[in-house]
Amino acid sequence: MADSQTAPLEPITAADGTPLKKKLAQALFRSRVRAVSLVVPLFAFVMASFVIPIFALMWQGVYNDRFSSHMPNLTEQLTMWDGLTEPNEIMYGALVADLTTARANRTIGRVATRVNQEYPGTRSLFTSTARKAKKLKPPFKESVIKTNKKWDNIEVWQAMKITSQDLTPGFYATALDGRYTVDQGFVRQDENRQIYVKLFWRTMLISATVMGLCLLLGYPVAYLLATLPLRTSNLLMIMVLLPFWTSLLVRTTAWIAILQSQGVINDLMVYIGITADDARFSLIYNMTGTIIAMTHILLPFMILPLYSVMKTIPPSYMRAARSLGATPTMAFIKVYMPQTIPGIGAGGLLVFILAIGYYITPALVGGQDGQLISNMIAYHMQKSLNWSLAAALGGILLAGVLVLYWAYDKVIGIDNMKLG
Amino acid sequence: MSGLTKKIIAIAGASAFVSGAAMAADLTVVSWGGAYTKSQVEAYHKPWMAKTGKAIVSEDYGGGIAEIKAQVESGNVTWDVVDVELSDAIRACDEGLLETIDHSILPPAPDGTPATEDFLPGTLHDCAVANIVWSSVYAYDSSKTRNWNKPTTMADFFNTKAYPGKRGMRKSPKVTMEFALIADGVPVSEVYDVLGTEEGVARAFAKLDTIKDDVVWWEAGAQPPQLLADGEVVFSTAWNGRVFNAKNAEGQSFEMVWDGQIYDLDLWVIPKGSKNKEAALDFVAFSTATEQLAAQASWISYGPARASSEARIGTFHSDDSINMAVHMPTAAGNFKNALQNDFEFWADNADQLNERFNAWLSK
Repeated sequence: MADSQTAPLEPITAADGTPLKKKLAQALFRSRVRAVSLVVPLFAFVMASFVIPIFALMWQGVYNDRFSSHMPNLTEQLTMWDGLTEPNEIMYGALVADLTTARANRTIGRVATRVNQEYPGTRSLFTSTARKAKKLKPPFKESVIKTNKKWDNIEVWQAMKITSQDLTPGFYATALDGRYTVDQGFVRQDENRQIYVKLFWRTMLISATVMGLCLLLGYPVAYLLATLPLRTSNLLMIMVLLPFWTSLLVRTTAWIAILQSQGVINDLMVYIGITADDARFSLIYNMTGTIIAMTHILLPFMILPLYSVMKTIPPSYMRAARSLGATPTMAFIKVYMPQTIPGIGAGGLLVFILAIGYYITPALVGGQDGQLISNMIAYHMQKSLNWSLAAALGGILLAGVLVLYWAYDKVIGIDNMKLG
Repeated sequence: MSGLTKKIIAIAGASAFVSGAAMAADLTVVSWGGAYTKSQVEAYHKPWMAKTGKAIVSEDYGGGIAEIKAQVESGNVTWDVVDVELSDAIRACDEGLLETIDHSILPPAPDGTPATEDFLPGTLHDCAVANIVWSSVYAYDSSKTRNWNKPTTMADFFNTKAYPGKRGMRKSPKVTMEFALIADGVPVSEVYDVLGTEEGVARAFAKLDTIKDDVVWWEAGAQPPQLLADGEVVFSTAWNGRVFNAKNAEGQSFEMVWDGQIYDLDLWVIPKGSKNKEAALDFVAFSTATEQLAAQASWISYGPARASSEARIGTFHSDDSINMAVHMPTAAGNFKNALQNDFEFWADNADQLNERFNAWLSK
């Protein structure tokens, strides 16, 4: 008995003599490595193709070294300058030196474009003066102003001072219809150039409307899908999915054919006599058209999550409610609907977030008041090449979505969401 | 082996499989697609491939220099020759995104005139060689019976009393604002001087205000012919080649009004770091020779950038009764009141005016 009592003090060993605890840790470690190594490719892929590019682009929204990297001497002078006094001869000298180098290196366009973003109308000032810079003689202040009297304008110099700072709040200011200035800090943009804030609100409004309409239209369809006998519901499901598989452009153009003033609906209205031939409804190239087309395109994203949730709700709950005395309406509202909230949440969030980023459909059917913020982001990415401003606009949009997501989590709870 | 080479081999392999001929892609030429790219393939690509025995891969894009910038800055240049608008060519050149093109490689005219004198003024640049002159005009469908006289001036486009109905316009301040000023009575020679002032911008918007409720805004070049054909608009601004194509290749009865036309250039550029620079330069020189430019004009109604090509313009490729020369933006009858798009003005003011234009739109 004494022997058996002392035995547990000896460590239990595996067949090869190593302590069991160590052996177990080894085995666990191996399986963990195996598990991790299975995830590594996906993780690396997501990092390389998603997380890093997004952060790299977001970074551009606050960091832009186009001016300082091509105009080093002037940047040094501008840093020392207070931004209010007359620019001095040394600054003009640095300007000429940098313009000459930038011209030779073919980088003057980058500098000119950058300053032009801050102070419109100065692009040609830089490119034309750079062409002459090599031949300019001191005193530089005089000779530079002689090439173009705009150089005497202190606002041009203030714009250069702003752009010479690599880390800048300027793009976010622009994205919020403001301007960042040397002397006054943040100021409002001229009234006739204010557009972005308006477009942000309109984007939110249209997305919310589309989400609401999708819910209104999608809920009954999903309910039918989940409750009808299999043969009928399968046919219905195909009808939901078919447009889902059709190209976005095709569906958008189809709506143009249907909704335009010489289109199917208006022709029908005139034929029946609801409206006169010269007073046809304008259903497209405005906000109405954008909302109709986007609702149709995004509808499956609402129906599918709703359907997958409704499918799991046992019909016996409703029967139980009825047998306990609830009216059909009461049973539906009190028993059935609360159980579909995870589907409503998932579908709503999906539709809303997709709607926020839409730009092809609004571009084609939006007309003058169907333009969304993503159209401006696309413009700055593709046409004006002001990627920093595009990043700032995108950053604000992303922040907006995250705030909504957070609010959703607080109100409904993200664990409650069911995507499929 | 680089990704590019692999890609090219894959493409070449696929095309060899389809055509049955052994082909290797030696040059990637990028243009705007549709009837325009077709005209280039027929007039430039095919003869060049026949002459050199090299293969061209033709790609389409939507304009702008975003892709060129991305390729050059990432060091992965897959495009060798790109067809761009003048403002983009100048801008990309200023930003160091393009190879310079030595004008001495361009072949002289058949009568021996050197290329630098044969090309129309303003069509040769450090990094770019123009191939065509295209134009923004407005058009209407003459098959639809209406109680009005034929429109003849830009002012008619803005006259909703005499010409009631919707109008199609491009959703962009470029060209739109110039049209407004021309219609408001500003002579074409002064348009950009006026537009450069605050009052001029206000004047253009005031003129646009008069038709704002009647405008259908289009974005893609294929939309205006469609809008006209559907009867959705009575007038639409459009690119002259698209209207010509709809009329003569698709049987629409569209008419163009050339008064106040705004013409622009399309130019060849070579992205900096092109892996086939030698072939690219050879292609640019070959395709902008007198004969090739004239040949292209029989496929689409865009004017050749060389003076010596004009006399050689023939008839439409599928219809001998259509004399192409009279359909060019540069033809004497069409060129009476024409304005060249000022790339420098738009390089300076595009961002600002685009914001103002969008703010005006959503007012």
